[in-house]
Amino acid sequence: MSLTGTDVRNLCLAAFAFAICALLPFGDNGYWLGLGVTIAMFTTLATSWALFSGPTHYISLATAAFFGVGTYVTGLGIDILPFWSLVGLAGLIGAVLAALVGLATLRLSGVYFVIFTLGLAELVRQVITWVQNNTGQKGLYVLTDLDEAGIYWWLLGLAGVVFLAGWLIGRSRLGFALRIIGDDETVAAHSGINTARAKVLLFMVPGAVAAMTGAVLAPRYVYIEPSLAFAPILSFQVVIMALLGGASRLWGPLVGVIPFTFLLEAVSSNFPNQTTLVIGIAFLVIVYLLPNGFVGLLDQILHRVNTREAS
Amino acid sequence: MDILITGILLGGTYALIAMGLNLQYGVARIMNLANGEILVAGGYFAFIAYTAAQLSPILTIFLVAPVAFVLNWLIYRVMLQPLVNRAKNRGQLETDSILSTFGLSFIGVGLMLSFFGGDYFSYSFMAVPVELLGNTYGANRVLSFVMAVLICGALYIWLNRSRSGLSIRAIATAPASARLVGIDVKNLSALAFALGGAVTAVGGALISTYLTLDASTGVVFTLKALIIVIMGGVGDVRGTIIAALLLGILETVVASLLDPGLTLAAAYVMFLGILLFRPQGLFGKKPT
Amino acid sequence: MNRRPFMKLVSALAIASALAATAASAENIRIGAVAPKTGPLAGGATVTQWPSIYLWVDQVNAAGGLTVDGEKMMIELIEYDDQTNPGETIKAVQRLATQDDAHFIIAPYGTGLNLAAAPLFDRYGYPQIAVSAITDQQADLSAKFPNMFFTLGTTTALAADVVNVLSDMRDAGQMGDKVAMVNVADAFGIELATAAKPLFEEAGFSIVYETSYPLGTQDLSPVIKGAAAAEPDAFVAWSYPPDTFALTEQAMIENLDVKAFYTAVATPFPGYGARFGAAAEGVLGAGGVNPESPAFMEYAAAHEAVTDSKPDYWASATTYASLEILAQSIEAVGLDRAAVTAHLKESTFETILGPISFDENNSNADFWTVGQWQGGVFRGVASRGRDGTVPVILKDGWK
Repeated sequence: MSLTGTDVRNLCLAAFAFAICALLPFGDNGYWLGLGVTIAMFTTLATSWALFSGPTHYISLATAAFFGVGTYVTGLGIDILPFWSLVGLAGLIGAVLAALVGLATLRLSGVYFVIFTLGLAELVRQVITWVQNNTGQKGLYVLTDLDEAGIYWWLLGLAGVVFLAGWLIGRSRLGFALRIIGDDETVAAHSGINTARAKVLLFMVPGAVAAMTGAVLAPRYVYIEPSLAFAPILSFQVVIMALLGGASRLWGPLVGVIPFTFLLEAVSSNFPNQTTLVIGIAFLVIVYLLPNGFVGLLDQILHRVNTREAS
Repeated sequence: MDILITGILLGGTYALIAMGLNLQYGVARIMNLANGEILVAGGYFAFIAYTAAQLSPILTIFLVAPVAFVLNWLIYRVMLQPLVNRAKNRGQLETDSILSTFGLSFIGVGLMLSFFGGDYFSYSFMAVPVELLGNTYGANRVLSFVMAVLICGALYIWLNRSRSGLSIRAIATAPASARLVGIDVKNLSALAFALGGAVTAVGGALISTYLTLDASTGVVFTLKALIIVIMGGVGDVRGTIIAALLLGILETVVASLLDPGLTLAAAYVMFLGILLFRPQGLFGKKPT
Repeated sequence: MNRRPFMKLVSALAIASALAATAASAENIRIGAVAPKTGPLAGGATVTQWPSIYLWVDQVNAAGGLTVDGEKMMIELIEYDDQTNPGETIKAVQRLATQDDAHFIIAPYGTGLNLAAAPLFDRYGYPQIAVSAITDQQADLSAKFPNMFFTLGTTTALAADVVNVLSDMRDAGQMGDKVAMVNVADAFGIELATAAKPLFEEAGFSIVYETSYPLGTQDLSPVIKGAAAAEPDAFVAWSYPPDTFALTEQAMIENLDVKAFYTAVATPFPGYGARFGAAAEGVLGAGGVNPESPAFMEYAAAHEAVTDSKPDYWASATTYASLEILAQSIEAVGLDRAAVTAHLKESTFETILGPISFDENNSNADFWTVGQWQGGVFRGVASRGRDGTVPVILKDGWK
């Protein structure tokens, strides 16, 4: 794999940015760190979501399901295995689950996929409660020494891995195939690309990442029970943030996560009863005003600037 | 036998929930994810009418239907028509309408919360036993089933025997061709969407007689409606009814004989099973 | 929840604080509150938690505020909706602690959300007087989170007292020993069922029907029909609000012939009595109060006057009591959180429920466990250490 000069420069810049972000816990140990954890979490989730849903235009609402599974992996294993292995295990399980879901639904049209994922979190939640019920096990207590800063660094690391993976996929044959699929699936199929396989492989990425994110965050929740671990609203928030930023670029979702987190924060503080309303309005803004997110807006502006220069 | 009848009654409920969505998705091509909120709103209407004015839900539905019709018609014209106009292909319209109706659904929940609060609401209407073939059932469920039969029957007759119904079915089957034969696709789509909303709201009013609802429960109904519409085949009323009945019976069977904790799993298995072997649904047309 | 009384409250508070500001340029006591206003637990919090908070703030401020170091200070309530999402609860608690500079924070609603918030309460040193956190792990939790206090009891106690009530009825010859037991397949329901099953068996009951159902199941008639087919003497459901209502209605329709009918959460809600009227007579439920006690009656009247809603017959009063405890501590030792926490551990407090004190596990040992609808009022019939229990009556049909 050959690296151009720009590539090296971008990699160095990215590494530098991550290093700066990693310093946050030393600056503040309270509110801003907490916000940092939220931003890191959603950046990881939204970027991995966009890796799949960006090129394929399949809106996945399965994030909450994978996330919940991840929290359960930690919840069940915290007394048996070391933390880092639980995160890896969660990633594995998330990938397998995503593969199953993908094999079942990705051959069908996008709409069926959306509907299936809409209820997936609920389905997994019910299956887990059924298992819990029949084994007599109740909510899980995750009492660890992992503090906020530790969780932040884990998430930052995970985000870094996601960005790296996204960058690599973009340069690989899989990425190329997916771009063709996204533009015109019929053409892709006729060009000899195994569209179903490509989609399933790619879907495993957000599945694994969401599960790992859940595993990392379990210690923060302390008490894992199905209705809290599988909160469907998470899936919607991830979709909004990724689309707001723009799912066509790797750094697009990041641009959506940051303002939206602050917006939600401002709304939760000042209009505590209206958060649901705000989320609804955000969806409408995306659809009517920013169909390609901020990235798309930026592209439009740049395009206009360029054409003005050219003329 | 008892299980069968309970399942059929439940299926009637589900048919109501899904019928409205079928009109909206099949004809207007809008995957309306705010469907559940319209249903809950219909339920709130009936609740308020019953507790504040002692108005029987049977009468309330005559108020609910026109209000919901107008509201949904406005929603289509103002919010969804621009998306239809802007969409270059069907896939994009679906994505846009999904996102847009998500937004609507959250706004709907948010508005209902502002007006009514997060509390559960329920009331007892006709919660008396009715004997059918040796077993007892709630009269309110039986009534809801009867109304579902009437409404679905009326819709079926209208769609299959009237000229406007024929136009609607034409749009559902082949929108481009429908335009070519002079059918006013835009107006009829709006009409279908509005009608679908009215049916859903009426369904909500009837369901509120025996289920406990609150502002946030809409999404469960949306999910079930979606499953039924797709299982039954988009655009065909018969398919929706059959799929709804099947789902009701399956859920009751699983709940009684296996475990009530597996009903959603069973629904999903059925959903997937039908889709894998017959992707267009039970009564749908194979895509060309 | 009805917004109008809240507007009254807000304007009253605004005037009161304006007056207070001009009268004595005293700072306010900032009290934070985070609980669900949306999401699955919003219904419960709207009945049980929020009104008691508003009532308490209103009453304290109407009396001029709390006396701290000889000066009167008014309460400023800062509230957040955590949307029944532990991530939001955590954020809100952090915001209250670091941005809003809250002096004290009222404990969240529900076991899960209280536990998610516990590490933060601990880290920032806020006393956490939890109400709706019912768990058997109080010893472990208070060891890990020394600022956490429990007021509503343990899961085992709640389950055990139901078994006791039914045992007493059976030993008095009022009913047989066959029990149908169902539970909602969600944490609390599962915990209660798991605790209750061995206790039932030890007490000599035979469980003739047993099942669980997911939260949000629309059709519970298979459950009731299955139970009826087993011909039990008692029907026990470890249920949540939606299924409490649904099961009761189904039992009415089926005319379930049992001598004892128990549904857990939401049975003490005034909405339950309102909906089922005379048919609710004899239904047993979790919790309870002594509704004849003058303290409760005064509380209920004030509750309705200020918030336009009635309190429930269980956790509402305990929520209010937890706030009374906080107020008394503040008035005793001032605004220093560590001092308040120490004071909470050592003292006994007078509340509308009676005296409350916390043992070595930070747990209140005196709480209500079982109540029953009698004559349109939900009365406590079993408790650990509370006075005013009334005898249990048999369930006599569904009219």
